[in-house]
Amino acid sequence: MKLELRNITKRFGTLTANDNISLTLEPGEIHSLLGENGAGKSTLMNVLYGLLQPDEGQILIDDQPVNFNGPGDAMAAGIGMVHQHFMLIPVFTVAENVVLGNEPTSKIGGLDLDKARELVKEISDRFGFEIDPDAKIQDLPVGAQQRVEIIKSLARNAKILVLDEPTAVLTPQETDELMEIMRGLAKSGTSIIFITHKLREVQQVSNRITVIRQGKVVASPLPKSSASELASLMVGREVDLNVTRKPVKVGAETLVVKDLTVLDDRQHQMVDGVSFTVRDGEVLAIAGVQGNGQTELAEAILGLRKIHSGSIEVAGRDLTKSTVREVLEAGLGYIPEDRKKDGLVGDFTIAENLMLDGSFGAPFAKGFQIDFAARDRIADELIEEFDIRTPSATTLAKQLSGGNQQKVVVARELSRELKVLVASQPTRGVDVGSIEFIHEQIIAARDAGKTVVIISTELDEVLALADRIAVMYRGKIVGIVDSKTTREKLGKMMAGIAA
Amino acid sequence: MSKIEVTPGMFSKLESKPTLKTPITLLLSALVVIAFFGFLGKPGDVSFVWSDKREAIQLPAFTVNSMLFCTVVGVVLLLIAAFSIYRSVHAKKTPVWLIAIFGFGVMMALLGWLATGAVQGVQMIFILSNTLVLAIPLILGGMAGVMSERVGVVNIAIEGQLLTGAFVSAVVGTMTGNLYVGMVAAMVAAGVLSMVLASLAIKYLVEQIIIGVLLNVLVIGITNFLHSAWLDNDSSHLNYPGTFDKIALPLLSDIPVLGQVLFNNRITVYLMFIIVPVLWFILFRTKLGLRARAVGEHPLAADTVGINVAKTRFWWVTLGGMVAGLGGAALTIGNVGSFGREMSAGQGFIALAVVILGRWQPIYVTLAALLFGFTIILRVWANQVSPGIPVDFITMVPYLVTLVAVAGFAGKVRPPAASGQPYIKG
Ligand SMILES: Nc1ncnc2c1ncn2[C@@H]1O[C@H](COP(=O)(O)OP(=O)(O)O)[C@@H](O)[C@H]1O
Ligand SMILES: [Mg+2]
Repeated sequence: MKLELRNITKRFGTLTANDNISLTLEPGEIHSLLGENGAGKSTLMNVLYGLLQPDEGQILIDDQPVNFNGPGDAMAAGIGMVHQHFMLIPVFTVAENVVLGNEPTSKIGGLDLDKARELVKEISDRFGFEIDPDAKIQDLPVGAQQRVEIIKSLARNAKILVLDEPTAVLTPQETDELMEIMRGLAKSGTSIIFITHKLREVQQVSNRITVIRQGKVVASPLPKSSASELASLMVGREVDLNVTRKPVKVGAETLVVKDLTVLDDRQHQMVDGVSFTVRDGEVLAIAGVQGNGQTELAEAILGLRKIHSGSIEVAGRDLTKSTVREVLEAGLGYIPEDRKKDGLVGDFTIAENLMLDGSFGAPFAKGFQIDFAARDRIADELIEEFDIRTPSATTLAKQLSGGNQQKVVVARELSRELKVLVASQPTRGVDVGSIEFIHEQIIAARDAGKTVVIISTELDEVLALADRIAVMYRGKIVGIVDSKTTREKLGKMMAGIAA
Repeated sequence: MSKIEVTPGMFSKLESKPTLKTPITLLLSALVVIAFFGFLGKPGDVSFVWSDKREAIQLPAFTVNSMLFCTVVGVVLLLIAAFSIYRSVHAKKTPVWLIAIFGFGVMMALLGWLATGAVQGVQMIFILSNTLVLAIPLILGGMAGVMSERVGVVNIAIEGQLLTGAFVSAVVGTMTGNLYVGMVAAMVAAGVLSMVLASLAIKYLVEQIIIGVLLNVLVIGITNFLHSAWLDNDSSHLNYPGTFDKIALPLLSDIPVLGQVLFNNRITVYLMFIIVPVLWFILFRTKLGLRARAVGEHPLAADTVGINVAKTRFWWVTLGGMVAGLGGAALTIGNVGSFGREMSAGQGFIALAVVILGRWQPIYVTLAALLFGFTIILRVWANQVSPGIPVDFITMVPYLVTLVAVAGFAGKVRPPAASGQPYIKG
């Protein structure tokens, strides 16, 4: 089956997410879509899958124009999609999720779950997945959930499989396994659209590459192109992600975390007896695949999550039972992993967002009253200092691009008197220019003798910033190693294999 | 190289510490029964009457000294409490059925204590069958709640749907002279009301709670107005439907006790017997149910496998409204025999609570609704057998029992994940 997208344009209000994009997919081909965050890759795929209607353009299958009014139509045409955010129902079993919308029924009209189980078994065996059809999705690790998504598409006889950023949630080893699966599928005639922003992966599996930047197709480089060529196509200029770091003399142990255990509401130990210390002038990176307890660890340090056992100390002061405000006043700065949800109030202005944590007293407030003059003056200073690209300080935060939003958060946190900075996914969904800037700011904080913890799932970021690296796996720290550790070894640690 | 070991899930699970909440509540309840109904109880005899005079098979009444009876029951309860403590110490939960038996024991002691010395004794059939009849609007209202919340629409309008059903069934039943026509009209009317809720909540993404409250106020206002401006002028031609005849099912109704309670009833009760298991079957054993639950849990995921979220929500909410309409008819032509102002009297809101208490499961919801039905009849009956008793205090007891039962349930209350959330398509 041959697929062609012809001149697709999709607008969201004034934003043109897809601008006249065309691409083709031959049978049995792996076609990679490469682009930065926000380039419009997911939007294009949602158009293909019938979740969004294009404003202009056409989809053709075997040279016949088709019209998808909903995902049902796309699936009927043989298109399957593994979404960036999984479309699985957590309280349903694997078998139920796989057959949902396409259920085998028994003679009296009931649901035939036995048939569903067989189907899951049969496809799992064919591709060597080990998936228990009766496991509930919420009990499966993300890697397994992704395989369920693939099974779900294959169960519907997908001839074209779209994988949207499938490697974001995988360890390097699991990524390699996925590549194998993709090659196997392609060999058996399934064509694949593979979406990613990681260059290495593109070089590994693609038959063909299309690079998208700001909603437009900018190039179709050959699979044998070098990483730096691909990077500059993707970003639109030469990039150098190596941050220069001076060696710094480390100081006192300012952050001490001891035997920390944090539970979720089902009594799972999301953080499982974690201990580490970080010194002044040092960056400790917490690496690991997404969802291994990093979020909970960061939230526990800030005092957002109840600590089950263990302790947290900042500069000799015990903060285990402290409120968030006490933690902030003890000198902790926090960059949350989800800036839209936890870092900013989208409907507040930039100036207001820059004083979110400062409403208790000087310099932003006098008694009960906000000092508006001080607020505006400080906002202007920070906008200047942190290179926040905005028309004015009264622009609403939600109107900024991801990178500039993140700079607002970073500016707010770094402008306080800090002892410790905890930054969770500081550059997720941020353009490359802003990544460079934010990295420089983090390193500047370290050079100024602050204690820095960054939590990142991107190995590149970890290697660029860290003095030491702690790898988390299923709530535990597998090991703490120095920054010269090889990628391969870190990859193994991310899969839980201690050195 | 060593690999970190974890349980098959993702993270290791902490052994939950034994909680003594349930056993201690049980223990205290048992002691209260022994002390207040037993030792400090009423001297005199109580008789439990198990048969109606009309019945073919007559069971002898069971007469016993009240203090002795309550003490014996109390001791049994104490044993159950002890067993529960033993299990808790070994980090095991007390099974729900055992808590149910415990609750039943407390109720029996309460009934025995109340009826001490009363000539008519504890009329089990009267109490149980009235419990059932009074619970019907709650059960059917609860099913309406289950049907809409399972697909992700919060239905605050059950009260209005019940009242609509009650009003329409009474009026149409009287005017046509055919109660079945009245019943169907009630279902249609409440169904139409639900369509308003469904389409506003789905198509126009108005806050679901606001629409629900508005619909309730609207229905109360309209029925009140029509009642005083129209029905009252000519009640005998407009609001005098009477009730359905009772149908005694052959053979089944001859079973002692249960036969009279369960199988000698009006059609509204029998329809409930059908609706609840059918709804359970559809929800958990058919593809329709799987899809409905998917829509209520994760509408976007349902959409990506080609399920029409809006349509699913619309029809489940509408059909749920029809079931609530039937519940409204059960109030008038299934029980009282005419329509009265605001006669649903908050039962639609109790139904909401019943839905949560019953964990969005038709069978549990039914049991929870029966408990509320029991408290309604208990209030009436307690006044008859032992006048002067603080009735409000007595009717509190079943709720206390409920609290214990809920505490004993395994797991947390977890509504359908997308309940109350509109689904906006790009
Ligand atoms: N439903 C939507 N409404 C408004 N803007 C959107 C919507 N979906 C995506 N966008 C915007 O479109 C752009 C492209 O997004 P997306 O396709 O998700 O990028 P990618 O997948 O390449 O990271 C982004 O700027 C994003 O904010
Ligand atoms: Mg995307």
